[in-house]
Amino acid sequence: MLLTRNLTNFLKTINGVRNASHFTYVSSTADPSLGKTTKMNLFQSINDAMDITLAKDDTALIFGEDVGFGGVFRCTVGLRDKYGSDRVFNTPLCEQGIAGFGIGAAVAGATAIAEIQFGDYIFPAFDQIVNEAAKYRYRSGNLFNCGSLTFRATWGAVGHGALYHSQSPEAYFSHTPGLKVVIPRGPIQAKGLLRGCVEDPNPCIFFEPKILYRSAVDEVPIEDYTLPLGKAEIVKEGKDVTMVAWGTQLHVIREVADMVEKDFNVSCEVIDLQSILPWDVETVANSVSKTGRLLISHEAPITSGFGSEIAATIQKECFLNLEAPITRVCGWDTPFPHVYEPFYLPSKWRCYDAIKKMINY
Amino acid sequence: MVLSLKKLQGLSIAIRRANSSDTFKLSEFSEKYLGYRKAEFTEKMTFLDSTKSKAIPIYRVTNSEGNFTDPSQDPKFSKDEALKMYKSMTLLNTMDKILYDSQRQGRISFYMTSFGEEANHVGSAAALQPEDLVYGQYRETGVLLYRGFSVQQCMHQCYGNEKDIGKGKQMPVHYGSKDINFVTISSPLTTQLPQAVGSAYAFKREKAGKVVCVYFGDGAASEGDAHAAFNFAATLKCPIIFFCRNNGYAISTPTDEQYAGDGIAGKGPGYGLHTIRVDGNDLFAVYNAMKKARMLALENKPVLIEAMTYRIGHHSTSDDSTAYRTQDEINQWMEKDNTIKRFYQYLISNNYWSEEEDKEWIKDARKEVLTAFNNAEKVKKAYPNDMFNDVYHELPNHIKKQMDEMNEHLKEYGQHYPLDQYSPNK
Repeated sequence: MLLTRNLTNFLKTINGVRNASHFTYVSSTADPSLGKTTKMNLFQSINDAMDITLAKDDTALIFGEDVGFGGVFRCTVGLRDKYGSDRVFNTPLCEQGIAGFGIGAAVAGATAIAEIQFGDYIFPAFDQIVNEAAKYRYRSGNLFNCGSLTFRATWGAVGHGALYHSQSPEAYFSHTPGLKVVIPRGPIQAKGLLRGCVEDPNPCIFFEPKILYRSAVDEVPIEDYTLPLGKAEIVKEGKDVTMVAWGTQLHVIREVADMVEKDFNVSCEVIDLQSILPWDVETVANSVSKTGRLLISHEAPITSGFGSEIAATIQKECFLNLEAPITRVCGWDTPFPHVYEPFYLPSKWRCYDAIKKMINY
Repeated sequence: MVLSLKKLQGLSIAIRRANSSDTFKLSEFSEKYLGYRKAEFTEKMTFLDSTKSKAIPIYRVTNSEGNFTDPSQDPKFSKDEALKMYKSMTLLNTMDKILYDSQRQGRISFYMTSFGEEANHVGSAAALQPEDLVYGQYRETGVLLYRGFSVQQCMHQCYGNEKDIGKGKQMPVHYGSKDINFVTISSPLTTQLPQAVGSAYAFKREKAGKVVCVYFGDGAASEGDAHAAFNFAATLKCPIIFFCRNNGYAISTPTDEQYAGDGIAGKGPGYGLHTIRVDGNDLFAVYNAMKKARMLALENKPVLIEAMTYRIGHHSTSDDSTAYRTQDEINQWMEKDNTIKRFYQYLISNNYWSEEEDKEWIKDARKEVLTAFNNAEKVKKAYPNDMFNDVYHELPNHIKKQMDEMNEHLKEYGQHYPLDQYSPNK
């Protein structure tokens, strides 16, 4: 993927001539029981999670395109020097090879962390992920598995990434039993959820919102900890409308919650789904049973996006509680465009308008 | 005079510069671009014409009559070793005949025979160590039998009954066994190749003294995953043996529609793989090559072996191969290069075996297969709750709910389903 070479400066320009950021990051506060914290941005917390993994688990390997020198987004900086070039290494430029290699290493008992440079380039590995990784345990009657495999891939809009540096492919994978798909909204979640993926005995795909690599900073616990997979988090409690998103979009709807509270006196419950597969039906259904309204928002195109799965399930679980149609505010059904990005994204104003219409329904 | 001297000096500097630039570039190319292979400049514009270069030769140890062409190449199998190999091949051949017919009678849903390729399975398996990990495509049943996978287990798998260690999830012939280090087969072609490389890399790090052998056909070698695997194995220096069964066909597609180069072996050197082409119907050649390949692999030099053979049988029970090749072609291969007969000659000439013993053995093998077949046919399939297991390590809530939903449904509508063929719900 030639275009993606030397992208260390990729993010530096996002507030310059490129499109201004479409969200305001709000830091999370870690559970105080996790102990001492230090300031980390998203790429640092991911680096920290991998550092801990390599230190704890001698079988752990990290590999992919350009991970050796630190990665095009700096996520693997220092790890090769610290743990050796047999544990942190470059592969040839071939996503299907990276995926297959990772499966095989996991089958032989190693902990494999495979990096796909951009989520947009995960599709050459689709066969290995969907037909192989996801089905390994099932088809062998549990004789073999690749549960110690984690894919990391960068994900989501970045201001100027156009078609092939912006995609959010989670819905493709959500249709594949056997996989776990996880997306964090900030450094605290990234460290805990990535450690969760690595320790989980199932193949996981961990999508990292690349626009947050540098812009999102939290006080992150320095010790090892894992956050549970398959669990959503109620980020803000409310009583009139439930809003569900993940990754960067969580910060968009969080801002919308403040806006509608101020303008219409509407109280929103904001849920970070975190795990796309399996997803936390219970937390969302309980919330909607209470509020009676649901807005789902994601950057990916609306048709067959993961929002449709949530909408259909909640409609079945909460039919008697719903007071307005479930609303999805998503990317349009187009490829992700370059200069039109501000009009493509499910912006706070589109979400704001959707809430306004829902409460007046 | 002075001027021309200056001119000359200038010229010699220019030449020196040119030379040092050449040296710089050639050493850079050699070290960084070409894996220390020495390249030179040439002023002759020559395109390599791949059709003019000689094909990689086919290593053989015995001729088609089973006689050693060079006696020093005889691996000198003991009687026990030789008989184990022969019995594995003939047992496979017997099982193939019976299961092929049983599919024709509709008793199992699908089958794939190994007719004509028995020697490359068994010769290669015999040269590996039991702890070496094997990945297969689907036409390597001889490797499983040689490693101790029983006929009975094959039958349970083909029936998908509750004694199948794969738990009835996959189509017939998709065998696998942890006990014999044979990774469960899957249908998508070539996916196992880069996986095998990953496993080999893990072995290398463990300093396990083990290698990985991965089998695939000439057709599978066209998939992108083959390219990925060859390249990863070579750059990451993995203890792996790529074993290609070139049997002339991928279903109906002959090899001249599959590739235009010097077969599969012709690709090996381009990736930096140690490469050999062998007569796949000569068990001794396969064995010797594999033995040496294993030594190279243990030194982290990945190897590609291309075994030249011929697919005597149909591609599968869903295929009639006379639609794209003549019966005469098949007959010629059966008469002129019968791989099992070649090895039989060796047994006879070494006084390891006799015609009477052979007749007796084939009778016993038939009996073993038929008994196993009848046993497997009587075993019920597992209750369909098992359909929901092993998707994940644990049973997630949403799948548990779907299992309960199915059971609720069966309570009312069970009579419309073939529940009598399944064990009761425990």
